[in-house]
Amino acid sequence: MREIKKLIVLENKLISSNIYSMVLQSKGLAKISKPGQFINLYCREGSRLLPRPISICEINKLEDTIKLVYAVVGAGTKEFSNIKVGEKIEALGPLGNGFIIEKDKTKNIIVGGGIGVPPLLELAKNLNGEIEVYLGFRSKSILIEDFKKYGAKVHVATEDGSEGFKGNVLELMKKNNVNGSIIYSCGPKPMLKAVAKWAKKKNIPMQVSLEERMACGIGVCVGCVCKIKDKNQSDWQYKKVCKDGPVFWSDEVIWDE
Amino acid sequence: MNKDDLDLRVKIAGVELKNPVTTASGTFGSGREFKEFIDLNALGAVTVKGVSSVPWKGNPAPRIAETYGGMLNSVGLQNPGVEEFIKNDIPFLRQYDTKIIVNIAGRTIPEYCDVAEKLSNTDIDLIELNISCPNVKEGGVAFGTDPKMAEEVTREVKRHTKKPLIVKLSPNVTDITNIAKAVIKGGADGLSLINTLIGMRIDINRRKPILANVVGGFSGPAIKPVALRMVYQVAKVVSVPIIGMGGIATGEDAIEFIMAGASGVAVGTANFRNPRATIDVLNGIKEYMIKNKIKSLKEIRGII
Ligand SMILES: Cc1cc2nc3c(=O)[nH]c(=O)nc-3n(C[C@H](O)[C@H](O)[C@H](O)COP(=O)(O)OP(=O)(O)OC[C@H]3O[C@@H](n4cnc5c(N)ncnc54)[C@H](O)[C@@H]3O)c2cc1C
Ligand SMILES: Cc1cc2nc3c(=O)[nH]c(=O)nc-3n(C[C@H](O)[C@H](O)[C@H](O)COP(=O)(O)O)c2cc1C
Ligand code: FES
Repeated sequence: MREIKKLIVLENKLISSNIYSMVLQSKGLAKISKPGQFINLYCREGSRLLPRPISICEINKLEDTIKLVYAVVGAGTKEFSNIKVGEKIEALGPLGNGFIIEKDKTKNIIVGGGIGVPPLLELAKNLNGEIEVYLGFRSKSILIEDFKKYGAKVHVATEDGSEGFKGNVLELMKKNNVNGSIIYSCGPKPMLKAVAKWAKKKNIPMQVSLEERMACGIGVCVGCVCKIKDKNQSDWQYKKVCKDGPVFWSDEVIWDE
Repeated sequence: MNKDDLDLRVKIAGVELKNPVTTASGTFGSGREFKEFIDLNALGAVTVKGVSSVPWKGNPAPRIAETYGGMLNSVGLQNPGVEEFIKNDIPFLRQYDTKIIVNIAGRTIPEYCDVAEKLSNTDIDLIELNISCPNVKEGGVAFGTDPKMAEEVTREVKRHTKKPLIVKLSPNVTDITNIAKAVIKGGADGLSLINTLIGMRIDINRRKPILANVVGGFSGPAIKPVALRMVYQVAKVVSVPIIGMGGIATGEDAIEFIMAGASGVAVGTANFRNPRATIDVLNGIKEYMIKNKIKSLKEIRGII
């Protein structure tokens, strides 16, 4: 039977302002996880009832560990940041469907924005062929060296110009005349929407990992929905990000909101 | 005394459940997602997510907001409609030794009746009528807030089905006992309460409500005192069995509801924090009974 597991925290360190990297002894979770999947982390404080969904950033099957990278944005993630090495945290996973890895693609483009970058790292490790990574941040970058370790060519854009290209990631992609056989992407919705529009024009298939507020993370509450077109594209349905996603093909998504 | 000596059976609207624990509609789907976490055979009944006569798309996202010890939802009863439900979910649940309670939704009385009628010839055990849905004909006023309308919808649904009928009451009323009495007059064989309270939250940075729908249903441990008070008030004035719910997460919570007069207890929002919550509640009830040498729940039901 599946269950919420108490996992030992092996590392929980600040890697950038307000952003932490947490490594967990995974009790077998690493073995069955795929890039783009996420886990539910549960708060100790009972008033914070709902799980916090966090993407799997790296999987180490040999050592049975997983790494998460999370931003402190509220009380729950603040609580996580105070957990000491050796303590335990309740977790459930892996959840959702990860990226669909297209092994025959010769040139992969990865596009990440802000705290949407972490799940793309494990993805990069698992791709064949050339990998070009475009990452956008407000000011400070994360995980650049890690992507390079896996042989990816990394391009950085920051809104304030403090690192790399000044501007957004799509502007940088346009400037570099990017082309490729597939795009994998995760980040804020406006970024995904803009890149999806561009990808459509260039006729490049694109997968996007979406985010929505969740209550269960396992597909029962129907809380975490996004608009997805039907197969014949004539109508749409609300699909669950946690169970049907979080990864969708960009041309299935209705981006109106 | 040990676990085998306990008599946990309860009768709800003429149907015997092997134990009082069921699920609150909308928090358990049709049980599929939970079969990986628990043995569905252990539950007295599974109460499924609300079904309507035709598919409902539901409300825009965000649909979820956390609150202190609880949550808000504005799912809007998204469901694939009663025909899909009959085709896919009844055969699934029938594999298990548990009763099936089907929660039904509608925007008009004929819509409710259509669902009830279609379920009449299926292999389900009970119908739970959700009268908290907005009535499109009456301009969005919920059926559950007006005693006359509550009575009428109950009577009509009852006429259209052979299944025993539980009516699920909304807490968003000034006196819940009036609605309880009205639906019993309409023919309800049992009651369940409470549905969600209405609440809201505001994102002060975006200066906007968190829910796209602005307001949503408030549930979880935070609402337990209100739910318990309402079960207590209703149990004092009706004689039909009650399924109590609202914030139940432990065996102790369930015992409180039983002492207030509930026959059954439903676990809702707690399933999101702990997918084994139903089993934990059941085990907690048993432990309390053993510790206090209670053989049957009859000994403590409605003692307050
Ligand atoms: C599939 C998925 C993967 C994610 N992966 C990561 C990741 O790898 N790293 C990371 O830093 N963040 C990630 N997030 C966002 C993360 O879940 C939220 O930042 C976190 O839940 C905030 O919790 P809090 O208690 O600190 O904030 P609060 O605002 O206090 O949380 C209150 C409630 O709102 C929910 N909530 C708040 N912000 C978000 C959000 N952006 N998305 C979904 N729910 C939210 C919380 O879960 C909680 O229920 C992911 C979200 C999703 C849906
Ligand atoms: C996400 C969600 C969906 C719900 N859907 C329904 C529904 O379809 N029909 C219904 O009668 N009640 C529905 N409810 C209300 C619950 O069944 C229950 O009455 C309420 O949440 C109080 O119990 P709790 O605090 O244990 O969750 C829903 C509640 C939640 C949280
Ligand atoms: S979070 Fe509950 S269905 Fe996705």
